[in-house]
Amino acid sequence: MHDVSPHAVHHGAPTGFIRKHVFSIDHKVIGKQYYALALVAVLVGMVLSWLMRIHLGWTNFAIPGLHFLSSTGAPGDVMTPEYYLQLMTMHGTIMVFFVLTTAPFAAFGNFFLPIQVGAEDMPFPHFNMMSFWVTFVAFLVLVASFFVGDGPTLGGWTQYAPLSAVGAVAGPGQGLGVVLWASSIAIFCVGQLLGSLNFITTTLDMRTKGMSLMRLPLSAWAWFITSIMGLTAFAVLMPACILLILDHVAGTSFFVSSNEVINDQVLPHTGGSTLLWQHLFWFFGHPEVYIAIIPGLGIVSHVLITNMRRPMLSHRVLIYSMGALAVLSYMVYGHHMFVSGMNPFSSLAFSFPTLVITIPSTIVVLIWLGSLYGSKLRINTASLFALGFISMFISGGVSGFFLAQPSIDIMLHATYFVVGHFHMVMGVAAMFGIFAATYFWFPKMAGRMMNETLGKIHFWLSFVGTYCIFMPFHYLGIAGNIRRYSSFPDDFLQPLIPVHRWITVAALITGAAQLIFLYNLIHSRFWGKPAPDNPWEGTSLEWSTATPPPFDNFGGKHPVVYHDPYQYGVQSSVGDYVMQTSPEQVKTEREEK
Amino acid sequence: MAKIFAATIVLITIGSAIPILMHTWDLPQDISTHGPLIDEQYSDTMAEAGISFLASQFLLAFFIWKFSNPKPGTKIRRFPGGAMGLVIAAFLLVGTEVLALGVFGAKAWASVYFTPPAANALPIQVQAGQFAFYFRYAGPDGKFGPLHADHISEANQNFFGLDPQNDPESRDDIVTAEMAIPVNREIHLLMHSKDLGHSFFVPELRVQQDFVPGLDLSVHFTATKVGKYEIVCTQLCGLGHYNMKAYLEVKSQEDFDAWMKQQAAAQ
Repeated sequence: MHDVSPHAVHHGAPTGFIRKHVFSIDHKVIGKQYYALALVAVLVGMVLSWLMRIHLGWTNFAIPGLHFLSSTGAPGDVMTPEYYLQLMTMHGTIMVFFVLTTAPFAAFGNFFLPIQVGAEDMPFPHFNMMSFWVTFVAFLVLVASFFVGDGPTLGGWTQYAPLSAVGAVAGPGQGLGVVLWASSIAIFCVGQLLGSLNFITTTLDMRTKGMSLMRLPLSAWAWFITSIMGLTAFAVLMPACILLILDHVAGTSFFVSSNEVINDQVLPHTGGSTLLWQHLFWFFGHPEVYIAIIPGLGIVSHVLITNMRRPMLSHRVLIYSMGALAVLSYMVYGHHMFVSGMNPFSSLAFSFPTLVITIPSTIVVLIWLGSLYGSKLRINTASLFALGFISMFISGGVSGFFLAQPSIDIMLHATYFVVGHFHMVMGVAAMFGIFAATYFWFPKMAGRMMNETLGKIHFWLSFVGTYCIFMPFHYLGIAGNIRRYSSFPDDFLQPLIPVHRWITVAALITGAAQLIFLYNLIHSRFWGKPAPDNPWEGTSLEWSTATPPPFDNFGGKHPVVYHDPYQYGVQSSVGDYVMQTSPEQVKTEREEK
Repeated sequence: MAKIFAATIVLITIGSAIPILMHTWDLPQDISTHGPLIDEQYSDTMAEAGISFLASQFLLAFFIWKFSNPKPGTKIRRFPGGAMGLVIAAFLLVGTEVLALGVFGAKAWASVYFTPPAANALPIQVQAGQFAFYFRYAGPDGKFGPLHADHISEANQNFFGLDPQNDPESRDDIVTAEMAIPVNREIHLLMHSKDLGHSFFVPELRVQQDFVPGLDLSVHFTATKVGKYEIVCTQLCGLGHYNMKAYLEVKSQEDFDAWMKQQAAAQ
């Protein structure tokens, strides 16, 4: 616990448009900038998924105007197989890095972590500004690959070597496209490292008087744990990307072995290890899954508690479980490589921790369910999305039982079962977390309420649509449908095409439903009902300050914290809750030992 | 709205389970000797994952139904047993479940990867390259000639880079674009890649193994049913990845011998 001491961050209110809205060092503006970037990115990623789905359902369908994007990739508006792979790679990269990492962690974390700990700003505001703008540049570099050379890389978001390392000889986009991809991700890593440093120091050093670690809300804990993961995981991915670039531009052979022959020519590389890329990538890649989802666990818990009008059965158990997930996530990465040619004994060594990680995940779900029991659940758009998150997390989680086992992975590896699994558990679940956070915190961020009716329509279409899209992915995988195929000429895949068409129609409708959200977001931002300071009767610090918060968060005052974060289900002078900043003492049956 | 939501969760959950229970889409038929262990492991996992899925979703739906928008004055109730009860339940139930899956799964994995091929297993070499598989049989001398990367030439159809003029062991090697094997005889498949990462997947054989440039890998299996099956690449290898396939023909010993003679004559 720390007093806010003289060395703590203090900077004056910004003046002028540029310092206020563009190169701002205010964590709240930076949070909104991250959100706007994620919003642009998710729209691009979603349109890419539409294009891919149309191609998968109707391979020779001419998509009007597609040739404007690439005349070689879509001659006559019909997508070529290689262009499908290029769009797929961009979809995955944009979604994983620029949506699932930036929105739940960087966007909401930036806006709310300093407020929830009671700080005026983050300790390194200029680093914070830099982290966003570096991320923005990374996005521009990635998107630029659409418009240069022979288009973006086709190697998938995992960029397995040596396909990614040997250069243009391996196919369209494998030259400049890969260099741009790896540069973009390396730059992105710099942004995340700067952001993670700020998050960690904010949590450890910037807490206000009375704010012990155990008095932090679960969302703050989730961002703190995620930032520690970010610091270690991105620190591995960045050098890996630099080595990959060197293989392209400096003639090195980190990821290319000797005697590889393409077009009857022996490549000049010698002595590299193709599996090394997989080890480095997945050492980042599996923690990345949790970097995407742990903020969701914290946000959903935070939203649910406010709407259940009770604390979780155990605050500590949830924190310890999130911590256990973070630690275990580094020990399980090899389950992506069971059939990669890695030593088969290693597969078993990676299999057991993967199975064990289901224990903390189950504890989190059981704590949620046990806390729902006997609660006074309020149904609104935010709580609907939070509950939907739980449903998705369960559905995506149970398919992990299969993929954790190397023997079953022989059948399901590289099939649509895997695609269904990770879309459900880290893609859509994380998106539901982002939506829950948006509907919940929008009033605080924008000073206006979102439209609840539109929000609920958005929820219903998204919830049902998501199941219609991603459950059939699992069935396809069981039947042996291989992923990353641009069409299905194989005899045994032909009968599955009707399922693909069903998924395509569901994806188009569910995607279109997101436009309702976009409309609601923009309309409410300008014309929504003005929001009160504490519309949901919440207890944590973000609800004790003005809406929207002043530039220094608490209007020149330093809040003092008197309580655990979630004093609900009590009788106080204001209702069934006591705010963290209220000195009022009430009788509570829950004082966790 | 809460009750409609709860009902929707129940309907979606049941709807999701029906295709599994009805076996609408199932694992392809198994034609291998090691496959039954994998299939059994899959079924056991499906049962355990299925029960977890149904129980959790139904519980979620029930609690949403029961505890949303309560009447004013309703008191908060605590879950019997509290958090500690749930933690213990998770450790006991899920811990036992994953331990069992891990142990039995390891047995299935070991049956594939920790047993050496039989001494009389038929060695067949497979080479993957953008975007085709090629197979090599050792011929009457039972030995594979050495490979020379600089001799590889698609134009001359020297797919493996053999040098029969200087390597006597290469002279009787038989190279084919399709794979034929005798039924009920163990095959020792020796795998290498010419260029990039690829994979060898025959769902019916319960075999999936990546090709790794720079590594010589092998798998062994026995097919138990005569027929024609697809071999497909599952490791993204470039623009023609979706179309990289070959056929595996499982033949009776007599048919296989005749096929070998025919291929030898065609070399």
